[in-house]
Amino acid sequence: MAVEAKEKQGTGFFAKLKARLNRGKTWLTGDLLGLGSRPLDEATVEELETRLLTADVGVDATQWLLDEMRKANRRTPGAPASELLRQTALALMQTVEAPLVISAAHKPFVILAIGVNGTGKTTTVGKLAHRLKASGASVMLAAADTFRAAAVEQLQEWGRRAGVPVIAQAPGADPAAVVHDALVAARARNIDVVLADTAGRLHTAAGLMDELEKVKRVIARFDATAPHETLLVLDGSQGQNALAQALRFNERLKVTGLVITKLDGTAKGGILLAIARQLRLPIRYVAVGESAEDLDVFRAEEFVRALVGDGAG
Amino acid sequence: MFDQLTARLTEAIQRVTGKGRITEDNVRDTVRTIRMALLEADVAVPVAKAFVDRVRDRALGEEVVRSLNPGQAFVKIVHDELVTVLGGEASPLAPRGQPGVIMLVGLQGAGKTTTAGKLARHLTERGGAVLLVSTDVYRPAAREQLATLAADLGVGFFKTDSNDPATIATEALASAQRGGQRWLILDTAGRLHVDTEMMAEARELHRLVEPSETLFVVDSMAGQDAVNSARAFHEALPLTGVILTKTDGDARGGVALSVREVTGLPIKLVGTGEKVDALEAFVPERFASRILGMGDVVGLVEQVQQSVNREEMERVAGKLKEGKRLSLEDYREQLRQLVNMGGIGQLLDKLPGVKPEQLAAASAKIDPKQFRRQIGIIDSMTPAERRQPSLIDGSRKRRIAAGAGLPVQEVSRLLKQHEQLTKTMKQLTKRGGMQRLLGAMRGGGGGGGPPPFRGRR
Repeated sequence: MAVEAKEKQGTGFFAKLKARLNRGKTWLTGDLLGLGSRPLDEATVEELETRLLTADVGVDATQWLLDEMRKANRRTPGAPASELLRQTALALMQTVEAPLVISAAHKPFVILAIGVNGTGKTTTVGKLAHRLKASGASVMLAAADTFRAAAVEQLQEWGRRAGVPVIAQAPGADPAAVVHDALVAARARNIDVVLADTAGRLHTAAGLMDELEKVKRVIARFDATAPHETLLVLDGSQGQNALAQALRFNERLKVTGLVITKLDGTAKGGILLAIARQLRLPIRYVAVGESAEDLDVFRAEEFVRALVGDGAG
Repeated sequence: MFDQLTARLTEAIQRVTGKGRITEDNVRDTVRTIRMALLEADVAVPVAKAFVDRVRDRALGEEVVRSLNPGQAFVKIVHDELVTVLGGEASPLAPRGQPGVIMLVGLQGAGKTTTAGKLARHLTERGGAVLLVSTDVYRPAAREQLATLAADLGVGFFKTDSNDPATIATEALASAQRGGQRWLILDTAGRLHVDTEMMAEARELHRLVEPSETLFVVDSMAGQDAVNSARAFHEALPLTGVILTKTDGDARGGVALSVREVTGLPIKLVGTGEKVDALEAFVPERFASRILGMGDVVGLVEQVQQSVNREEMERVAGKLKEGKRLSLEDYREQLRQLVNMGGIGQLLDKLPGVKPEQLAAASAKIDPKQFRRQIGIIDSMTPAERRQPSLIDGSRKRRIAAGAGLPVQEVSRLLKQHEQLTKTMKQLTKRGGMQRLLGAMRGGGGGGGPPPFRGRR
């Protein structure tokens, strides 16, 4: 994959994506607006409403955004609609822009990855391992998805690629025990970061949510300050249910950060606006594609530009 | 109680005079609410709009059973149309050739591999040997995942050293032909519909194995973009059906409607859980209510439609219109209808937007037990007394009360209520301006129609 590691830090992530996957108007940037410098009249509002709904922003958050834009429009009459939207969305998304900081005070720094089935937890954990390793940290993976067939092998492959050890047990083992093993091993080997991959589960499955709580308790018994990050992995191509997932996982497990995956289709991940508005959970990373480099820190400005277009253009 | 009864009679008259029809005006709010409900369920924006407009245009002018407002009736019509659209003809999976090849395609994380395992079990149970194969050479351990599932199920898994999807597929097909398996299930790598290279690979695989069924596996939690991916997959490959996964969660699953509308493909099966047997036939009714999120309203409409004796209501309404007296028999019939509906509380309970305290107040005021007692009183009268209540003197009252097992005062109260009602009706007819009065009553809050329907959030 011809991706320069240096570029990753900049604002070039979405631009790079655009270059690689650009399908003209259909991709993220496809100028949600195309509204140019039209003022915020009723026809524009209606058009905007449709566009926002089509981007999975959802009915509630869409109404809220439009209301905020109307207010802004009263303050600065005649401003172009696209600029009003860009500013409103940016102000909202900046409240959740908070990159994950791995504090050296915690050793190991424990990250627990959770989410529903198929959002890309294992892939994200693999990519994150690669990224952290590249930044100079020593990393260990805990294969706590003991349910899905070959989930352990999948994580082991990611561990091999990233060059980090993977702690695993037999299929069907107690996930809490796997994580505990990993923590003990990490402390013995002086590891900086432990990343625990867990089995996907629907937020409505009470028994499985209990199981996760137990994993969390076991981690806290090992280190009362851990897990230091409870990372909810959301699928960017999903719709309004992602909000329900965030609500329920947060209720039960106190989520501290989000990762949004699969933003490389034509899906726009507009549900992030709804989540930002309702939950204010920090968004740590955005992920696309399947190679190790396809993970980057979430930047509000970049995301909004990708969603809305380049402003007044 | 009296108010309620009057309101019901008023509504009945309204209906007869042709006001209880669905018009663009009286369902405007509901149309918007339904469109929003569909969007909340992740139905694609253009699909939601087209669907609701189509149903509205067809419903215009349709008569509405009294006790319902046109909005509620419209919700039911939308629901029924959803069932029809979602349903269609879902032919069972049938092998064409030996083996019949089933190819599973879809985006990453939709649940293809898990579904392949479930499908293998489903088909094995129905008496056909199955061979499983995975051409997912990209996701780490994807093939191991399917191999493990196959081993757990005791189903054959095609293993090869090749890392080329086309070679794997061809070899697997040859192996199933030799091995005599009835089915070959081909699990493919997840791919983005905008990834031209991967879509070309899918077409190539399809060409090589000539599947009997090419099924699009889609996550029931999918958002607005699902309509684009479904369309792209359908254009690239001749799909034959859809499998909807992860329906055991709380997603409203609007993607089912989007995919159905855009591709016209039947939804053949749904994944309903993590266990390998959690694969079921698609039930349109269940999904229609789920997508609409207004199952309660639909239930309410059904209940009202079943319990209201339409002809009887029309007879009474006609009588009133002609200025005739309302006999105690008519009165009893109205009471019976109210009781039939299971009590106002139960009805109100089904309406979104009714607050618990309003519910309690309404239930206290209108107690079905009270209706039953009154029916009991009228039952204890002679037919002559029912037709001509003025016959009922003190001694008759005592006899009737004894017959109904109630105090005499109850009989008096019933007679008084009936007299009041008769008087009101007489006034209405005498002035001739019934329409005008009805309008005034509605405006004055006398109309018994439930509050306009609003979405709940």
